[in-house]
Amino acid sequence: MGWSDLAPEVRWTLGGIFGVLVAASALVGLLRWVKPDHNFGELRQRINTWWIMVIVFTVAMIVSRTLSLVFFAFISFLALKEYLSLIPTRRADRRPLFWVYLAIPIQYYCVYIEWYGMFIIFIPVFCFLLLPIRMLLIGETNKYLRATATLQWGLMTTVFSLSHAAFLLILRAKAHPEILAGPGLMLYLVVLTQLNDVAQFVWGKTLGRGKIVPSISPKKTWAGFLGGGGGRDNHAPGQHSRPVTDADESCPVSDGRLDYWSQWFLRRHQPLCPETRLGIKDTGSLLPGHGGILDRVDSLTYTAPLFFHYIYYLFIWHTFGVSLGAMP
Amino acid sequence: MNRFLQLLFFALVVRLFLLVILGLNVRRRELLPGQGPAVIVANHNSHLDVLVLMTLFPLRLFPKVRPIAARDYFLRNKLLAWFSLNIIGIIPIDRRVKGMHKDPLADVSEALDCGDIVIVFPEGSRGEPESLGEFKTGVAHLARRYPHIPFCPVFLHGLGKALPRGEALLVPFFCDVFVGQSLTWAGDKVKFMEELTCRMTTLAAEGHFTPWE
Repeated sequence: MGWSDLAPEVRWTLGGIFGVLVAASALVGLLRWVKPDHNFGELRQRINTWWIMVIVFTVAMIVSRTLSLVFFAFISFLALKEYLSLIPTRRADRRPLFWVYLAIPIQYYCVYIEWYGMFIIFIPVFCFLLLPIRMLLIGETNKYLRATATLQWGLMTTVFSLSHAAFLLILRAKAHPEILAGPGLMLYLVVLTQLNDVAQFVWGKTLGRGKIVPSISPKKTWAGFLGGGGGRDNHAPGQHSRPVTDADESCPVSDGRLDYWSQWFLRRHQPLCPETRLGIKDTGSLLPGHGGILDRVDSLTYTAPLFFHYIYYLFIWHTFGVSLGAMP
Repeated sequence: MNRFLQLLFFALVVRLFLLVILGLNVRRRELLPGQGPAVIVANHNSHLDVLVLMTLFPLRLFPKVRPIAARDYFLRNKLLAWFSLNIIGIIPIDRRVKGMHKDPLADVSEALDCGDIVIVFPEGSRGEPESLGEFKTGVAHLARRYPHIPFCPVFLHGLGKALPRGEALLVPFFCDVFVGQSLTWAGDKVKFMEELTCRMTTLAAEGHFTPWE
C-alpha cells in the first residue's frame, strides 16, 4: 500500500489527526503551566494513549495491507481475550475456548484471500453450529446454554464484527477500480466512531444533566448523546470529499449521520458490553486512562458491520482479485 | 553466561509472551519491595505464577529474585534442573521435613542474608485452580527468623485458567495481579499467619471474581 498510494484525502485526514493530537498535547501543556496545582493526570494519560493508538494505527495502515489485516486480527484477539476473561466461563470449556481463539486467524485469512462468501458465513454458520457440538462432547450439561451463548456472542462482536472493518480495506468500487477505496472507508469509519465517543465523553462531562440509563452507565447523559451526534454532524461536511468513491457523484458515505444512527443508543447500552451484564465500568487497564481494549472498540463492533453492509448494499464492489457481485 | 541466558529468556521470551498472549493487569505495583532482602508471598495456581511475579521486577533485579520451589519436582531430571536452577534461579527445598537433620530453610536464609528477594508460595502446591488453599506455616518460621524483613502479599488471578495443573494446552486469559501492603513478624506465629491470610483474602475479594466452576 504505502504512503504514496493513499488517496490525498486519506493523507490529509491522517495529517489532521496528528495535528489535533499535537494541539491537544500543547493545550494540556499550557493548562499545566497556567494551573500548576491542578491535576491533569487522567487527561494527559488519555492523550498519551491516543498518541500511541494513532501511531500504531497509522503505521499498520500505510506499511502494507497484510500488516493492516494482522493489526485488526490482533485487536480482535485482545478484545476477545478481554471478553473471555470478564465473563464467567466454565472450567470444562477450556478446550472449546482454545477453538474460539482459532477462529480469529481463519476469519482474517478469509479477508486476506478476499473470500467474501466464507468471510460472511464462517462465524455465524460454522462456528455457531460446531462450537456447541464441541462443548457437548465434553458432557458438562450444567449451564450449557449460557456457556454456548456467551461464547458465540463474544465471537460475533469481537471477531465477526471487527473483521468487517478489515474487509473495508480490500474493497474497490467497480466503477473506479484504480482508486484504492479501502483505507479511506476504513479511516472514515474509525474516525467517525471514535469522534462520536470523544464527543459523547466531552459533552457528557460539560453539560451532563439527564442520565439515559444510569443503572448501566452512570456518566452517559442525554447531553453527551446529542452532543455526540452534533459533534459528528459538524465534522461531516469536511468528510464529503474523503471517501474513496469521490469520483462517483452519489458518494455513499457522505451521510455522516449514518453510523451515528447505527450507534443510536448502542454505545454503552449494547448487550455486548460486559458492563451491562457484569457491572463492570472499565474492562481493563491495557490503555491507560481509557480502560481496556473493549472500552475502545465496543462502538466499533456495532458500527463496522452496519456501515459495511450499508455501502455494500448501495454500490458494486470488487476486491483485488474477485468480483463480489452485489446489487446490479 | 547463564546470567545472560536468563536475561535473554526473560527480556525476550517471557515479557513478550506475557504481554501479547496473556496480558497483565497490575494494581499497586509501587508496593512491591524495591530491593532485597524481602519476601513475596503469593497464591499458587499455575507454573506461570513464577514467571509473572518475576517480570514485575526490573531486569537488573532478576538475578536477585529467587522463587522457592520443591526439590522433588523441579530437580527430577537434568534438563529441568538446569533450567530451574540457572534460568529461573530457584531455591530448591524439601517438602518433607520430618526426620531431617539439617535445617530445611538453610538455603533460603542464605539467600536472604545475601539480600535476595525470595518468592514463596505458602499453599505448597498449585492445588485446585483458582481457589485459595490454606497457607502452610513455613513462611511464619521464616518471618520469625527475619523479623525486620517485609513480607509482601501478592494475589494472582487468571493464570490457573490459562494453564492449570495437569494441562499442557495454554488458553489465553488476562492475568490480574493485586499487590498488598507488606507486613513484618508480629511476634507470634498464629498472629502472623492470621494477618497474612487476612490480607490475602482481602486482595482476593478485591477483584469480585466469580468462582471458576
